[in-house]
Amino acid sequence: MNSESLRQKLIASARTHSPSDSVPYAFEQRIMAGLRRPGPVVDAWNLWGAALWRAVAPCLGITLLVAASSLALGTPPDEAAEPFESMLLADLTTQIVEMP
Amino acid sequence: MSAESVPTAPIGASPVESDPRSDEDLVRAVLGGATEAFEELVRRHQPRLFATARRYARRESEVEDIVQEVFLKAFERLPGFRFEAPFDHWLMRVAVRTCYDFLRAHQRTRESAFTDLSDEEEEWLNRFRADPDQADEKADAARALVQRLMETLPPQFRLVIQLLEIEERSIKEIHQLTGWSMPLIKVRAFRARAAMRRALARLKPGKYL
Repeated sequence: MNSESLRQKLIASARTHSPSDSVPYAFEQRIMAGLRRPGPVVDAWNLWGAALWRAVAPCLGITLLVAASSLALGTPPDEAAEPFESMLLADLTTQIVEMP
Repeated sequence: MSAESVPTAPIGASPVESDPRSDEDLVRAVLGGATEAFEELVRRHQPRLFATARRYARRESEVEDIVQEVFLKAFERLPGFRFEAPFDHWLMRVAVRTCYDFLRAHQRTRESAFTDLSDEEEEWLNRFRADPDQADEKADAARALVQRLMETLPPQFRLVIQLLEIEERSIKEIHQLTGWSMPLIKVRAFRARAAMRRALARLKPGKYL
């Protein structure tokens, strides 16, 4: 005697027990009611909101990557800052001098 | 399979007049816009679908959900029905695939539970051990044991054993029902039998086997 003979016996048992084919009362009407029911209304604002929420994680990831890469590479010296400053101050100085 | 009672048509309820049209004519009517013709298709095929669903789901509420899903899917996919095979074959394909989806969605590990046998099941196994021919295949204990054994199997094994060994369908039929290739069906059947033997071997080794 082995597990295969027991398996065969149990399979034979399963063959002898056919499940019932009884149907709940008026089941076909339930199906038809399901078919006639209108589908869910699509809300454009909900879709837009969901899309924005889905975009949060990738945007955050890109921001962190850019921040990390700029920290790792080091920021280039801001060569434009000094001339801009002197130009702005020069204009102010001119205005002060011209004031009566 | 299920001990739950199923409310069926009340006694004395007048039977619904059956539509003389063939399944294919009804499908053409539905596709032509007469949605109400689908009700007759449901009425004709629901007993077979309930019997099929009860092979995979234990609770009656789950059985009803499966059958409902089968009909809703069939209605949605009706434009894809090509009138090459009988409608009931096409519908059974939808049903088997829906049952398989149900098994995958409700996959649970019940291996430990299989070793906890009821008194009746132990008694049936003892009878089998004493003399395999004396253990009645029609006994409720045997039915409960095989049900529990099937529930321990992964969905693809359970489906292949159900179709190949219990329903005694051919490999070609299973290929048409499931969409699995024939070599894959054979491999899965081989592995499923081995998994069943392993589960049975765990039943208090030496006591029953």
